[in-house]
Order: sequence, then C-alpha cells, then structure tokens
Amino acid sequence: MLYRHGTTPVHQLPAQVKVVALLVFVLAVVVLPPEAFWAYFLAGCLLVGVMILAELPAGFVARRLLVEVPILIFALMLPFFGRGETTEVLGLTLSVEGLWGAWTIMAKATLGLGASIIVSATTTVPDLLRGLDRIRVPRVITAIAGFMVRYLDIVAGEFSRRRLAMVARGYEPRWFWQSGPLAQSAGSLFIRSFERGERVHQAMVARGFAGRMPVFGDRPATTREWWIGLAVPLVAVLLALLSVTVLG
Amino acid sequence: MSEPSLEIIDLSFAYPDGRQALRNVDLHVHHGERVALLGPNGAGKTTLLLHLNGILRPASGEVRVAGLVVSDDSVLEIRRRVGLVFQDPDDQLFMPTVGQDVAFGPANFGLDGEELEARVAEALGAVSMLGARERAPHHLSYGERRRVAIATVLAVRPEILVLDEPTSNLDPASRRELIDVLRRLPITQLVVTHDLPFALELCPRAVVLDEGLVVAGDTTVEILTDELLMKAHRLELPYRFDPREQASS
Ligand SMILES: Nc1ncnc2c1ncn2[C@@H]1O[C@H](COP(=O)(O)OP(=O)(O)OP(=O)(O)O)[C@@H](O)[C@H]1O
Ligand SMILES: [Mg+2]
Repeated sequence: MLYRHGTTPVHQLPAQVKVVALLVFVLAVVVLPPEAFWAYFLAGCLLVGVMILAELPAGFVARRLLVEVPILIFALMLPFFGRGETTEVLGLTLSVEGLWGAWTIMAKATLGLGASIIVSATTTVPDLLRGLDRIRVPRVITAIAGFMVRYLDIVAGEFSRRRLAMVARGYEPRWFWQSGPLAQSAGSLFIRSFERGERVHQAMVARGFAGRMPVFGDRPATTREWWIGLAVPLVAVLLALLSVTVLG
Repeated sequence: MSEPSLEIIDLSFAYPDGRQALRNVDLHVHHGERVALLGPNGAGKTTLLLHLNGILRPASGEVRVAGLVVSDDSVLEIRRRVGLVFQDPDDQLFMPTVGQDVAFGPANFGLDGEELEARVAEALGAVSMLGARERAPHHLSYGERRRVAIATVLAVRPEILVLDEPTSNLDPASRRELIDVLRRLPITQLVVTHDLPFALELCPRAVVLDEGLVVAGDTTVEILTDELLMKAHRLELPYRFDPREQASS
C-alpha cells in the first residue's frame, strides 16, 4: 500500500491540513513559468526537505515515482513532433516549443507527484477520508471512497482466485488476446460484487442504517497545525508569485 | 411469567419466485436462553433469521421481540433489540476501521461523544478485541473479523443475539475462542449452525428446521442422539462423536 507507518511531525498533522496543503502546492507549481528554473529547483528542495522530515527513504519515493514513466515518455516525444522554430542538439533537430513543453511537463508532474506521495505515505486511508469529510467533501463521495478501499482487497482476491482456478484447469493466458475467458469471468465477478453489495446493505440496515452515514467525533485541526502544514505550500506560492513578477 | 425474548407465531413466507421457504413456524426463546437452530442446506434457516429484524416480512404469522411485534412502525426499535450477525464477516464489516464499524450501530441509534466511545470499548472488550480498534477490518484474520462482527452488534446492546453459522471457516483455536466468548455473554442467543458439537457445547436447547417446517425441538442432547430424526433431516455428527459423553463432561 501507499502508506508508510511513522510518528514524524508530518504523520501527525491532521489529514485535512495535508490535503489542503497539497492542493495549494500543486496550484502554485502549475502557475510557475517555464523559464523560472530556480523556482522549480527551490520547490524541489522544499519537497526533499519534507521527505526527510517524514523519514521517507529515497528508494521508497523513487519506486512510487515510477507511475510517472508514461507521462515522461509522452513528454520526451514532444521535441520531435513540435512545430515552429527548431534547434540542433547533438545532431538532432528538435522543436524549441516542444523542448519547453517537455521540460514543464516533466518538472510539474514530478513536483506534483512528489507532493502527493508525501501526503499518501504519511496519512492512513481512514484519516484521509475523515480529513476529506472535514473539508466538506460530500459525505456520499467519502463513503463511496471508503467502501472502495474496504472492498478492493476482497474483489482483487476473488479475481486472483478465479484466475488461479482457471490456470489450474489448464488455461494459460500468455498474450493479451488470450485473456477472453478471464474478461468474461470479470462479468460474474461484477455480479458477485453486486450481490455482496446487497448483503452489505442488509447488514447496514440491520444495524439501524437509514440512509445517512454517521460521523465520528474527530478533532478539528488547530490554527497552529494549519500554519505548520501550510508553510511549505505558501513558500511555493511565494516562489510562483516572485517568478511571475520577475519574468513577467 | 416474563415476556419471552423471541416469539415466532405461525410464520409462513414465500420468496417472490414462489419458493415456499417457511411454513407455519412456531418458536419461543426465553430470556437468557441459548437455542441452536439446526437443519440441512436450504432448510430456511437464513430466511427465518432475516424475519427477526424485519428485513423480510411474513406472508402470514407474527414475530415478536420482547413483546414488540415486527412491523413498519416498530422496525427501527426491533433492529436495536435484535443483533444479527451475518454468515460472512466481510458483509458485516464495511467501515474503514474496526472502531468505526463497531460505532456504526450505536451511532445510528443516536449515541455520540464519550458515551459512544465507552460503548465501543465495552463491545470490543466483550470479544477480546480491544487492541484492534484502530486497525482496518480487512487486515484482521478471519477469526478476528468474526469476533469484531459480533462486537458490532453487541455495541447496540441487543435483547437477543442472532448468529448465522458463526463457526464456518474458523480454525479449531478460533472456534474455541468463539465458544468462550459466546458462553460469557449473558444475553439471549439464537444460533444457526451446521457444527453440531458446537451446538451441543453452546446451546442447551435445539430446534430442527427442514423444508421450512419445524420438525423437532428438544434438548440438544436428545436431538443429537435421536438417530432416526438425525438421518431423516440430513444431520450428521463427526465420526465417533458421542453427544452423551460430551454433554456429561
Ligand atoms: N432471494 C431468494 N430468492 C428465492 N429463493 C431463495 C432466496 N434465498 C433463498 N431462497 C431459497 O429459500 C430456501 C431457504 O434458503 P435459506 O437460505 O434460508 O436456507 P438455509 O437453511 O440458510 O441454508 P444454508 O444452510 O445452506 O445456509 C432455499 O431453497 C433457497 O434456495
Ligand atoms: Mg444460510
């Protein structure tokens, strides 16, 4: 899973603070002008600082950054296909516009993802859901997200048992186009999940559920915690403002 | 005489597809009594349990819990009085943490704050699972999930605890722990089970249901030693298991 147990100050911040901080940070990164290399560098340093504070090992973060690979490949193709002005690099003709595009996509995706990794690695799912609840994300959405997390393991487990049962009877999908039977069985998996949904609903009704999920007493974040949590994204906002005014 | 915990009077029920699942069922369970509900697959045991808190409604007949008739008006109060533990704990545990799951019932019935906290602790304590409060249900072992599922209904302080096949999929040690937990609970219990030694150990009285009919009701020892009855209703004891010996020990 994404979460990494710990007791650092970053872990202890209330989830809603971290979620808001993440949003603000990402927004600040999004508005950074492409030419402000120093601002990207400083924002990156901020993130590394928080990672160290949260005691997240570099390898752990690097592995999670791998989900970015498809985006990076896409970004790296831009200089070859971009139009307009071109430039020569090591004998290759590259589009200037495409180069800038590749750079900003890479830098912004990495910073945004890095920040998300920090938040998800230091916040448990229940806390995250409670945090979202606190900042008024509609109850229906947090409830659905909660159910998804709760039953993902079970559905995934059922799926792998299904696959195993097929393999045990001689089915060996090597290639994508051989996955037909497995895909068909996904249909019955859906029915099974649906029936489970009905039984879960019965269990909820049996315990007095009448359409509204109860909220459980959790404490609000203190002003101090808001300041601590928002310190990093506010610096990023400052960087963004500075770079926009300096360059603009 | 005191009001029985549970009174089922001449209950009949058919599923929408026409399948007659219960026929003229009569059953009385007294306060503090533990009764086993036995019967082969498809006998209608689960169907009967779903009537106890109004999830299914009788075609004819009546269900009363501590004197209150199950009806549209009483159904919320009935659900507070009847703690139904489903067969698969994964159906029963749906909140992100064990603590929240146990709090779900009492919160629906209006408890909050410290009272709610205390109730959660009390229920988890009763099944020896206090340590798991902040954990995610899907990270617990099957036996632990079963016990937490029981805690989720105990937290409502029901009049009667109703369990559907509580020992299925448990290893012998978890089964033993479950028996100890249930024997310690001082409330009325109705237990559906295929595990006959379990029924004998937990419940002094047993009722046999087959094809929707109550075909026998007696002490559990008497029922388990009635070979004709047992054969006729596809009930089987483990190899060389002697109920009399077991009961006297
Ligand atoms: N939703 C339904 N629709 C139609 N028929 C049903 C439905 N649920 C159960 N039945 C039928 O009603 C009868 C009683 O089923 P029930 O689930 O109550 O049996 P059971 O005694 O709990 O069996 P088991 O020991 O296998 O759990 C069975 O013949 C079953 O096929
Ligand atoms: Mg059943």
